[in-house]
Amino acid sequence: MPEGYLRQSPLASLGLAARAATAADAAGVTMGERERVMLVNLRGDGVDRGFLDRVRQALEVDLPAEPNTAAEGTRHRVLWLGPNEWLVVAGEGEQLAAALDAALAGLHVSVTDISDARAVIALSGAQARDVLAKGCPLDLHPRSFGPMRCAQSRLAKVAVLIDQRDDAPSYDLYVLRSQARYLWRWLDDAAREYAVRIIRP
Amino acid sequence: MTGNFRLPSGGRIDRNRPLGFTFNGRLYRGFAGDSLASALLANGVTLVGRSFKYHRPRGIFASGAEEPNALVQLETGAHTVPNAKATQVELYEGLVARSQNCWPTVEHDFGQVADLCAKILPAGFYYKTFMWPSSFWMKYEYFIRRAAGLGRAPESPDPDRYDKMHVHCDVLVAGGGPAGLAAALAASRSGARVILADEQGEFGGSLLGRRDVIDDLPGAEWAARMAAEIAENPEVRVLRRATVFGYYDHNFLGIVERKTDHLGPNGGQGMVRERLWKVRAKQVVLATGSIERPLVFADNDRPGVMLADAARSYANRFGTRPGSRAVVFTNNDGAYGAAIDLADAGIPIAAIVDLRADVQGPLPTKARERGIEVLAGHAIAATLGSKRVQAVEVMLLNPEGDKVHGTPRRIECDLVAVSGGWSPTVHLFSQSGGKLRYCDQRLCFVPERSKQVERSAGACNGSFGLADCLDEGYAAGAAAAVAVGFEAPPRAFSADQPGETAPRALWVVPGKAPVGHSKAKHFVDLANDVTAADVRLAAREGYRSVEHTKRYTTLGMGPDQGKTSNVAGLAILAESLGKPIPEVGTTTFRPPYTPVTYGALAGSDVGDLSDVDRTTPIHDWHVMAAAEFEPVGQWLRARHYPKAGEDMEAAVQRECKAVRQSLGIMDASTLGKIELRGPDAVKLLNMVYTNAWDNLAVGRSRYGLMLGEDGMVFDDGVTTRLGENHYYMTTTTGGAAQVFGWIEEWLQCEWLDWRVWATSVTEQWATIALAGPRARDLMHELCKDIDLSPAAFPHMAMRSGRVAGLPARVFRVSFSGELGFEVSVPSSSGLALWIACMMAGAKYGIAPYGTEALHVLRAEKGFIIVGQEADGTATPIDLGMDWIVGKKKPDFLGKRSLARSDMVRRDRKQLVGLLTKDPNIVLPEGAQIVDRILPKPPMKMVGHVTSSYWSGALGRSIALALVSGGHKRHGQTVQLPLEDRVVEAVIGSPVFYDPEGKRLHA
Repeated sequence: MPEGYLRQSPLASLGLAARAATAADAAGVTMGERERVMLVNLRGDGVDRGFLDRVRQALEVDLPAEPNTAAEGTRHRVLWLGPNEWLVVAGEGEQLAAALDAALAGLHVSVTDISDARAVIALSGAQARDVLAKGCPLDLHPRSFGPMRCAQSRLAKVAVLIDQRDDAPSYDLYVLRSQARYLWRWLDDAAREYAVRIIRP
Repeated sequence: MTGNFRLPSGGRIDRNRPLGFTFNGRLYRGFAGDSLASALLANGVTLVGRSFKYHRPRGIFASGAEEPNALVQLETGAHTVPNAKATQVELYEGLVARSQNCWPTVEHDFGQVADLCAKILPAGFYYKTFMWPSSFWMKYEYFIRRAAGLGRAPESPDPDRYDKMHVHCDVLVAGGGPAGLAAALAASRSGARVILADEQGEFGGSLLGRRDVIDDLPGAEWAARMAAEIAENPEVRVLRRATVFGYYDHNFLGIVERKTDHLGPNGGQGMVRERLWKVRAKQVVLATGSIERPLVFADNDRPGVMLADAARSYANRFGTRPGSRAVVFTNNDGAYGAAIDLADAGIPIAAIVDLRADVQGPLPTKARERGIEVLAGHAIAATLGSKRVQAVEVMLLNPEGDKVHGTPRRIECDLVAVSGGWSPTVHLFSQSGGKLRYCDQRLCFVPERSKQVERSAGACNGSFGLADCLDEGYAAGAAAAVAVGFEAPPRAFSADQPGETAPRALWVVPGKAPVGHSKAKHFVDLANDVTAADVRLAAREGYRSVEHTKRYTTLGMGPDQGKTSNVAGLAILAESLGKPIPEVGTTTFRPPYTPVTYGALAGSDVGDLSDVDRTTPIHDWHVMAAAEFEPVGQWLRARHYPKAGEDMEAAVQRECKAVRQSLGIMDASTLGKIELRGPDAVKLLNMVYTNAWDNLAVGRSRYGLMLGEDGMVFDDGVTTRLGENHYYMTTTTGGAAQVFGWIEEWLQCEWLDWRVWATSVTEQWATIALAGPRARDLMHELCKDIDLSPAAFPHMAMRSGRVAGLPARVFRVSFSGELGFEVSVPSSSGLALWIACMMAGAKYGIAPYGTEALHVLRAEKGFIIVGQEADGTATPIDLGMDWIVGKKKPDFLGKRSLARSDMVRRDRKQLVGLLTKDPNIVLPEGAQIVDRILPKPPMKMVGHVTSSYWSGALGRSIALALVSGGHKRHGQTVQLPLEDRVVEAVIGSPVFYDPEGKRLHA
């Protein structure tokens, strides 16, 4: 990986860090960019025991088999994207793609580093659900969606992957890097009525 | 006539909060809780508008969404709202409204000459008159629109904020009257997720305007308590000022919530003005109530003629006297309740005129006991007065109901409270696809068979009695909750419900002269000035279908959508056709129930949120370099980088020159990129591309054309073999998503056993193109771990290494015809790479170039652009690219289509180069090509220009074109008739520059 100072997060030019609130004042919604997250798109045969075993050994977590759910290991969070597709999320510093590629060598899989292809926007707070409801047609009510659930849907005019982290509720929104500024603008506008605060997640 | 028409006490207005407002330039006072209509009535303003066609004086007719007359232009400037119904506008301090459709004033309206000409303005007048000569329609239309205009749209941008909200629920209750409140109460107590929406600012519906008692409480108070109790449940959302306006498939409903309109234009203080709720409901309870119908009698449109229940509502709810002396005209018992309420409010009832000969029910008995005169078997044969009704003439009605006789009795009055019975508000039910049934006893259409998961309860179901509404509502709410797995406790209500006797069906009340044979007009549709005579004329002229009659007469096509007129209109049509009403049927109910603003539909998708602008990792640099951008799909790409004083042409020429002579740099990050992995990847490439891919070595690249199943080129790009079973495909910027979808579709639907995974990596990589004779020199400086020599790293090869210290994939490709490298690094580092190249390249005069220069450079080389040369109708052969079509390949997508007879026609449009005889003329793109110039069009066109530029490298203009049979026409001259001249050009090869490709392979 190149030197850190050479790297720019998708929302770097918005100067969010400088705008981040320091006081823990009450806000209906908090928003921030989750930077330097490692993302690997993993494709493989979801019913092949050999594949699943080797992934478990490599990631120390079972791939979620239930559609639209997440699994949390010690170092990784894995999101179900399709019957044979997952997103593996890790913190910076992991040589995740290379390690996974090596662990799965010989299998018909596809391990693709997409860390730079997505922006991750953390949205949290009592009214975070209302903000999402302004642009997302999914039912995110606690009775049908909660922590450890994820879903790919539409938010405003872009495709997003929504990962609910807790029942604050907090969500991580994965969006194409090129669309991140639009989505930030949209979220900022949608959250305006709830007193929005920028944070460093 | 103005004055104080406020009752001394009573009503749901707050007399401690007076509000000032302006109507037609005059200042008036009302109270909080007033509607604009009630405030006008309280001030004695009865003339509020002019009718649509005849410009007849019109007054307030109703008290809700059904109002056909009292349409006003609300507010001014950017905040103006046309066609606002005064009956639905809540009064606020400083409100400004004007009458519409009148000039110069509503009192003295020039347009009323139309009324004098009524004889020549029958139904279908426009169709009959303005058809000839047809070319004149445009001229007629201008005047017709002006003459028949309603309100005016605002002319400046909307200053307000709007948004949308998606919401899911177990039970949606549409309507907050007695039935809706009971339904929501049942459903909300069960724990289900409930939405209760009502169009008014206050819950209660009909209870607000009547004096009903429920559970020993006044109706309005009961409603307020119920609404509060319902709202206490945590899973309930209660929406006021929220109209459920549309019922779509799969229980998807639209609600528009007006959050700040009742506060005035600036009262919202930046809040969202209107919110569009998109609701997905598991169960729906429709409790939309009913709408009172007028009777159709002679000159029934004079100001002062008003629906009986509306008159009652103005007295009870708004503490207003809608008149000083009333005559009630009815065919049913319900209006007697209104008469009693009006009498109790101190408005003398001169008489109740009832079309029925025998009037016995409990309500009429009660009215008689009050000493109100009941004229059974009578009809109002005429109304007198012009800007306000002054008297009516009542005559005996014959048993058949087709004639009045006897001596007219003149009764002085300034209010005619009229009731022709009630129509259930079946709009939403009907929109949902439900089937209606005509009920002969109640004289109305009622829901018969549901199509979606909904229940109608109360008046909208034809159950008009209060106790019935409550019971039906509660039962519907409980049943809806049970259907989705909840339990609702039983509950009983006690409410008084007087028995009613049957109404009389008499759709046209006869006047002194036969209908349509005197100056008297029997209006059916007040909003659009459609009379009984018009409907009968349509029937005589052969209209059989209610839908055609509607369009011919414009019945029900006004801003009120015929809420008070539809049933009478189709009943009159049925009568004229000699058919029963069910056979004629209703017109289709379409959303919206009441008008929805464009603002609400647009939501926040305006301004810089109107569309997605996708930006590359290097975007900010382009912005700082003052680049001009152009949208490519949703991407914003730098089109050119003008320096001070340069126009686009100069900038583009400078950029092209840099690439041809030294070094250019371009942001190519938007290119689509797809990784293909698996043993069958090559099989996939062989199918989606026209050429063969079996022998591509690792580290080498190849250009490919993708065809649709129709054989037409739909994308192109370079694919590189990264490893044994690992390929990297690039696509056009605009085609990336389509290509990825195309591949996934084939893999998921047709080739399920193929072992290949496709993953989009478009956004993972920032890609920078370095092009020009000095490209290698720069690469030498930035990249030490790749052998860049032509022999070790030839054209169409790929190497991995570090460029400017960044992990990179380096490709030797060129779209400019010059020596070129494309360097891809992870997107986060794209800007760092760009800056490194710019700094190191300064000594070579490195110039950033945009898409426009790229287009010129590639056109000089005759490279196609998908979307320009390949416009969806060009095959590879048309484009002169048969070399890329694998003749020996057993199959590829589009192959079979290429063999169709039409595809091998010799006169297909084929790609050629075009050089104007005058080298200084740059042809316009899209210019048509002909062989022979005729004095005027039509001329036989043989092709068109697809790309055209000034080529600095060649010192002349160049163009690419698709010309019929063009491949065999090199050397021939064609003509291009432009707007102001004809240009001659010679067909030739599309490759203008470096045809041997020496520079490319340098």
